[in-house]
Amino acid sequence: MKIELKNICKSFNKKSNTIDHMSLTIEDGEFVALLGPSGCGKSTTMLMIAGIYKPDSGEIYFDGQLVNDLEPKDRNIGMVFQSYALYPHMTVLENIAFPLKQQKVPKEERIERAKQAAEMVQLGHLLDRKPSELSGGQQQRVALARAIVKKPKVLLLDEPMSNLDARLKIEMREEISRIQKELGITTILVTHDQEEAMTMADRIAVMRDGKIIQYSTPMELYNHPKDYFVAQFIGTPPMNFLKGKLSNNQLRLRNMTIELDRKWLDFDGEETDVHVGIRPHDLKLGNNGDIRIRGIVHMVEPIGHSQIVNVKVGNEQVRFFVEPNIKMEYGREVEISADISAIHLFDKATGRSLKKDSVNQGQIEELVS
Amino acid sequence: MGSVLKRWKLPAVMLGPFIILISLFYFLPVVLIAILAFTSMDSAMRWDFNGLANFQKLVTDPNIGVVVKNTIIYVGFTLLFNVFFGLALGILTTYFIQKESVGLFFRTIWMLPRISPPVVYTLLLLWFFDPSEYGVLNSLRALFNMPPDKWLTTHPMTAVILANGLIGASFGMIIFSSAIKSIPKDLFYAASVDGASQWSVIKDIIIPAVRWPLMFVTLWQFLSLLTSYEYILLLTNGGPLFESEVLALYSYHKAFQNFEFGYGSAISLVLVLIALIFSALMWKWFGMKKMMGSSRIE
Ligand SMILES: Nc1ncnc2c1ncn2[C@@H]1O[C@H](COP(=O)(O)OP(=O)(O)O)[C@@H](O)[C@H]1O
Ligand SMILES: [Mg+2]
Repeated sequence: MKIELKNICKSFNKKSNTIDHMSLTIEDGEFVALLGPSGCGKSTTMLMIAGIYKPDSGEIYFDGQLVNDLEPKDRNIGMVFQSYALYPHMTVLENIAFPLKQQKVPKEERIERAKQAAEMVQLGHLLDRKPSELSGGQQQRVALARAIVKKPKVLLLDEPMSNLDARLKIEMREEISRIQKELGITTILVTHDQEEAMTMADRIAVMRDGKIIQYSTPMELYNHPKDYFVAQFIGTPPMNFLKGKLSNNQLRLRNMTIELDRKWLDFDGEETDVHVGIRPHDLKLGNNGDIRIRGIVHMVEPIGHSQIVNVKVGNEQVRFFVEPNIKMEYGREVEISADISAIHLFDKATGRSLKKDSVNQGQIEELVS
Repeated sequence: MGSVLKRWKLPAVMLGPFIILISLFYFLPVVLIAILAFTSMDSAMRWDFNGLANFQKLVTDPNIGVVVKNTIIYVGFTLLFNVFFGLALGILTTYFIQKESVGLFFRTIWMLPRISPPVVYTLLLLWFFDPSEYGVLNSLRALFNMPPDKWLTTHPMTAVILANGLIGASFGMIIFSSAIKSIPKDLFYAASVDGASQWSVIKDIIIPAVRWPLMFVTLWQFLSLLTSYEYILLLTNGGPLFESEVLALYSYHKAFQNFEFGYGSAISLVLVLIALIFSALMWKWFGMKKMMGSSRIE
């Protein structure tokens, strides 16, 4: 089912809009993540799509049909809550069958379908337990089974994995992705975990203060963040930022002056303070790149296949990856470098990206896909 | 030895007043009643032990049949009224009225009789049931051209049950509404996404969550209804004749109207025993231990 939000506003007090003129289109069968820090309005958006909150203004369409005044039960949605919200006195089977019971599905069929849904999330052996007798991961599966049992057209997941431990998280991610593909169901995932959004979603809407900052594919967000906020948010370890000054086509970064291609910039030429962003993966030990930085080794974190090295550059910090067999000594000065094409530039005042190709590249990719 | 004294000195000083108060006002009356029940004490105030004579008198008392029947009707119906009306009010003011200020307003209204002195509240009720054409109920009847009725004479038990039921409902209402308010919001959201009807929300979410408070209120109200009589005393004084006389009031009448302190105490002792037996039974049936131990929503 195609979901469209048009100019949605929602406010809980008279002072500010929790959701501020938000528009968003989700194609049929698409898996979209709403990504943003806690309190930015993700759950509010989701509850409006579910019909539990009513927007103050704006329209919500399901397959082109206005649903603003439709009750949650008439929207054909399944939802998983962060708290799971299982009915505490019902068994696993009764929990899963509850939506069918409300639809007056005959008892035998109801139990049959609930069992199928339970099998789908690998819960077949726990049907008689009460929620209080289950682990967090199992409760999460029950919530998921309950959400999909009535074969809804839309699946809404509100931070479904934030209460799970790291291993279970990865397992559930795969599980949810698999079920989503199997059912081909339009899915919206709310999360504050960029990795979760990156690994699962077809497209990600990055939100801040009730607004969507950027809405694109995970790779597009990673390669061409349109905004300083997005660049900070996406990628682990996060992008490195150094202070710089840009005027005309000259970038001053520490003691270097770098000539940039004017075509490359979306910039009026006036001298501007900028954040220069470089991803850890784009930095290499040595002096083979166009941009060279010297720094003092400050911290080394081995992660098996590689090590993350943290160097102090003046009073700023830069992270990058080093082969595991190279020995890094604390306190030693090292030189690192990157290609000029790898850097990102953001206006310090507005946060806007000053690189043009992000726009062009984005348009090309959209045309292709 | 000295160290034991030292260890217990502070707790003794701190707890002492409470222990003395509790034994003076809670324990001593029960002991006194238990002793008095085996005496023939009357207005002469002499402790003459007479064995089981009071209890023999009790079982052969010509009034006892109707008094026991009244007690069962009174306690049973008032309890139903208290618990179900309290639950209905609790659900109404928390679930159906979502606006907290409005819910609070309604709850406060229902609390008023509970916090006003019984005498004042009873005066209002007496005016309500007044047999003249100026009584509230009779003025209403007059609107439909019906003659005034002597309510407290024709329907004494109904009046007593209504009066007590309405007051008692506020207790359940407060307990139930706070239990309902502690149900996580997500559960209601999940129910509305799952397509649950209002009735199903009440049956499948609210009632299971207030199961323990429900039992607590039932037991608590049962015990207090069994032993309290002040509203009946003020409203009908048990009359006409014995039509609204219950055991607790009968004991009061025997002791302080006929000055048969021994006999009155025997009736009270029977009440204490009934209360104990029912508490023990409910403890067993409903797992009171669990109920006293945890107030959490399962
Ligand atoms: N029912 C509500 N009443 C008042 N304020 C609310 C309510 N729901 C959310 N808010 C406020 O709206 C903002 C966004 O909340 P929410 O959508 O839950 O954020 P997120 O899910 O992104 O963490 C928060 O500041 C929160 O305090
Ligand atoms: Mg949230």
